Amino acid sequence: MRKILLFLIVITTSVVFILRLFYLQVYASEPYSIYEDNAIRKVLTYPKRGYIYDRNNNLLVSNQPSYDVMIIPGLVKELDTLEFCDLLKISKTYFDNKIERTSRYSRRIPSVFLAHLSKEDYGFLAEKIRKFDGFYIQKRNLRQYNTKIGANVLGYVAEVNRSNLEKDNYYSQGDIIGKQGVELSYEKYLRGEKGIKFIQKDRFNRDIGSYNNGLNDKNSIAGNDLIITIDSELQEYGELLMSNKKGAIVAIEPSTGELLSLVSAPPYNPNLLVGRERSKNYFELYKDSIYKPLIDKGLLSTFPAGSPFKVIVGLIALQENVINDKNTILCGGEYIYGRNKKSMKCHCGGGYRNIYNAISESCNSYFADAYRKTISKDNNISKNFDMWSEGVKSFGLGNYLNNDLPIGKKGMIPTSEFYDRWYPDFRWGPTTNLSNSIGQGEILVTPIQLANMITAVANKGYYYTPHIIKQIQGDSIPLRFRQKNTIEIEKKYFDIIEVGLSKVYKNGTGKLLNIPGIEICGKSGTAENFTKINGKKTQLTDHSIFVAYAPKNDPQIAIAVLVENGYYGSTWAGRISSLMIEKYLKGSISNRGIEKLVINKSLDDEYKKPFSKKPFNINKL
Amino acid sequence: MIGQRKNILRLDWVIILIYFLLLGFGIGNILSSSISGEEINIFDFSNLYGKQFLYSLISLFFGFIAISIEVKFYERFSSIFYILSIVILVCLFFFGKRVNGALSWFSIASFNLQPSEFVKITVALAVSKYISDFQTDLKNAIDQFKLFLIILIPIIIIIFQNDTGSSIVFLSLFFVLYREGISQNYVKSIFGIIIFSILSLKISAPTTALLAILLIIFYYSFKKKVRNKIIKIISVSSLCVITCFGTIFIYENILKNHQQNYIKVWLNLEKDPEKIKQMERTILYNLNESKKAISSGGILGKGYLKGTRTMGNFVPAQHSDYIFSTIGEEWGFLGSVFIILLYTILITRIIYLSENQKNKFSRVYGYCTASILFVHFLINIGMVLGLTPTIGIPLPFLSYGGSSLIAFTLLLSIFLRLDGNKKNEW
Repeated sequence: MRKILLFLIVITTSVVFILRLFYLQVYASEPYSIYEDNAIRKVLTYPKRGYIYDRNNNLLVSNQPSYDVMIIPGLVKELDTLEFCDLLKISKTYFDNKIERTSRYSRRIPSVFLAHLSKEDYGFLAEKIRKFDGFYIQKRNLRQYNTKIGANVLGYVAEVNRSNLEKDNYYSQGDIIGKQGVELSYEKYLRGEKGIKFIQKDRFNRDIGSYNNGLNDKNSIAGNDLIITIDSELQEYGELLMSNKKGAIVAIEPSTGELLSLVSAPPYNPNLLVGRERSKNYFELYKDSIYKPLIDKGLLSTFPAGSPFKVIVGLIALQENVINDKNTILCGGEYIYGRNKKSMKCHCGGGYRNIYNAISESCNSYFADAYRKTISKDNNISKNFDMWSEGVKSFGLGNYLNNDLPIGKKGMIPTSEFYDRWYPDFRWGPTTNLSNSIGQGEILVTPIQLANMITAVANKGYYYTPHIIKQIQGDSIPLRFRQKNTIEIEKKYFDIIEVGLSKVYKNGTGKLLNIPGIEICGKSGTAENFTKINGKKTQLTDHSIFVAYAPKNDPQIAIAVLVENGYYGSTWAGRISSLMIEKYLKGSISNRGIEKLVINKSLDDEYKKPFSKKPFNINKL
Repeated sequence: MIGQRKNILRLDWVIILIYFLLLGFGIGNILSSSISGEEINIFDFSNLYGKQFLYSLISLFFGFIAISIEVKFYERFSSIFYILSIVILVCLFFFGKRVNGALSWFSIASFNLQPSEFVKITVALAVSKYISDFQTDLKNAIDQFKLFLIILIPIIIIIFQNDTGSSIVFLSLFFVLYREGISQNYVKSIFGIIIFSILSLKISAPTTALLAILLIIFYYSFKKKVRNKIIKIISVSSLCVITCFGTIFIYENILKNHQQNYIKVWLNLEKDPEKIKQMERTILYNLNESKKAISSGGILGKGYLKGTRTMGNFVPAQHSDYIFSTIGEEWGFLGSVFIILLYTILITRIIYLSENQKNKFSRVYGYCTASILFVHFLINIGMVLGLTPTIGIPLPFLSYGGSSLIAFTLLLSIFLRLDGNKKNEW
């Protein structure tokens, strides 16, 4: 015993030590992650966000530096609040508030204390901030808009919110993310990849250099630049033409589906949503409940398609062989139908109508008849109606276009099921929903759908999904924008319709809208629309609608224009269409008088009517 | 010359190998725990690792000399060394320099020398010499007393110099006394004192005392053939009672506040959460940081020079007393176990070789060496792992410090020399 006591004690001690080490390092130890290690300060380096160019390589969006004061609440020591607030030009309330809120979020993770310092403030503060433990200045890139137009297309960036943080762990508190438009759609390309630097801290929380000689650090990777399909000159011109009006202009290049312009009126300056004034400006725009500038009307306004819809009704009737280019009907200023001799008014002026002058004069009777024949063919109403509905939808109506703009509306193209549900005890027929034939009734479309529809007509049977992206640096644009969507209607019927659409400008509703040297095809429209005032459905002045494409033989531009409450289609929407087409194809305007007239036209009175709390008249020129 | 070469060839290679491994590991980890981004240059003696490298060279030089000296020299001059070292210790009172409250340093030029480190050697030599003297009989009370005196004199001096940590090391020599035949009762008493002291602090003195008396009565009532049973029961019991109440008395009246705190932390005596919080910022801070560092190392460690806590100097004194925490962090469980095994092999190897000595002086000295190394190993790593009270003594061969490195090298070299001689004993 005497000989081995020390030996035994030594062995026992070692075993106890090894067990203890096992407990500390293996059993109780969590897998090591440098990101969790509070001995290492993680400094994110932000990449350059991708630039955005228009189709003619004009730089629209770039970056500008911005400096944020960051706070790590856990490290904040007692400080001279008064001096600090003076330095940052903030109030004591803001200070207390911010301290309270950031501490509640996390005591260890940095939060933004004061965003967007000016350059002068930064220069001044950079020296002094070191005095205050727990605060530091972080450089960040803000967006710089080199244009005043296209805010609805470009979208904007803003600080990530909680749901962004939860959905994608790429983001950390205070990062910026695209919130709307191209910034949102192509966020993954634009944002690039953040870099990270690992800084060794000592126990007094001072930085003492880079960890492991910077071998673990990652450089940031700049975001991809984008070229978008917008022609900024055309876009700007469109925004100008829409002055003091609500509505939208959507112009598409038919051969590619590229959106040449996407005007939402009234527009706003994208620079408003940058910098420290951002929230204030945003709120200003947000609370404008008459003009609703933040709503992209090109994508979100839904309204009855009106007369342009006759183009589709005609095409389907031709394809179904219920009419042909030789049929004529006699229009007596109204279309009488049904057992109760209901009548649908027609403003075409009356007379014999064939498909050509029915389009150019926008004859309701002709298309009501064609529609009725299509639906009641072989007395198979439900099947015919669904076939008709599918045919309409193949023009991109009644559903999301699946384009690359983050917002949109489905619009509405009814199916037989819809009417079965609507009239459960009643055998409905084409006369039940005859207003569908003239684009009223249940038909609802958005301007971009309408533009896409006329694009398909211009292409005589196909379209590319309208899109905003033209080129992504280092990548190709999504496949779905490079694939044709075809419509199962024979080209010859499109040729027939085109003659009608061209006649519109010769002796039809658009005869005053001609542009010298350009053969335009188009169709006017006037859509009834309603609003609720104090819960009562009230009709407002009709929307002025126009769709067109030009030149006839080789369409370069297809356009849909909506002027809300603008009354006759040709009055405002038609003029705007022609001016846009001329601007795009010729680069200059021949009739300055019309241009001036359009720009100066204000529909402000019209828009204020529903809010006036007084009775008002509608549809007055 | 020929004889000398023979002697060198017979040096125990296991010990030498482990010595060099520990030395290398030590310099490496001191480097890791003291660099701050600058270029590494081992010959830059302004850095801690550079200094330690220099100390290693000095140690090797002294070690070489110690091995070269004739065996008889150590035995013959041990008393003189002992007296000399006591004199030097006493000199500290007059010429010493106070570092961290302990008056245990001589400041020579820019270097500090800690004589208490060297006293370990001289005491070991003196104890070996005294025990191996054929006139000494460890059963004899007077001889026992003299032996205790040899050990207690430096302890008392060092305690008065406020370096309690170093003084505790000398208590390890009781292992030697036990090995050499001192009465079992001493061992029993020491274990009894330790256990009853802890219990008194942890539970309470009266309860412990009562428990002890019951235990003693129980023990003696079953033991036959004991003369003067009653007297023995009373005397042993009163000793226990004195121990129990004495512990509390010493704890409350003699120990200083910080010493009390160390014991509080070790035995988990503090229940007031406010005070625990306060301790976490002060005396518990080191311990917590070192545990965190070790724990974060995981199985494989973060890699050499990649320990985030080591690089950030999170553990104070991580190059000296807390060096094991950097090993734990950078080399992980495997590296730590490797170091523990190195020490275990080293100490058991010394014990084994000591047992094989024909010469009693060599055997006792070997035992002294093993005991001293063991106590350092036990207290230092135990402290870093949070198992033993916080007592600041270095980890042999690994911790930064010239005095301790040279002293440990000498201690080991002398043993190697004695061991190398075992075949041609006289």
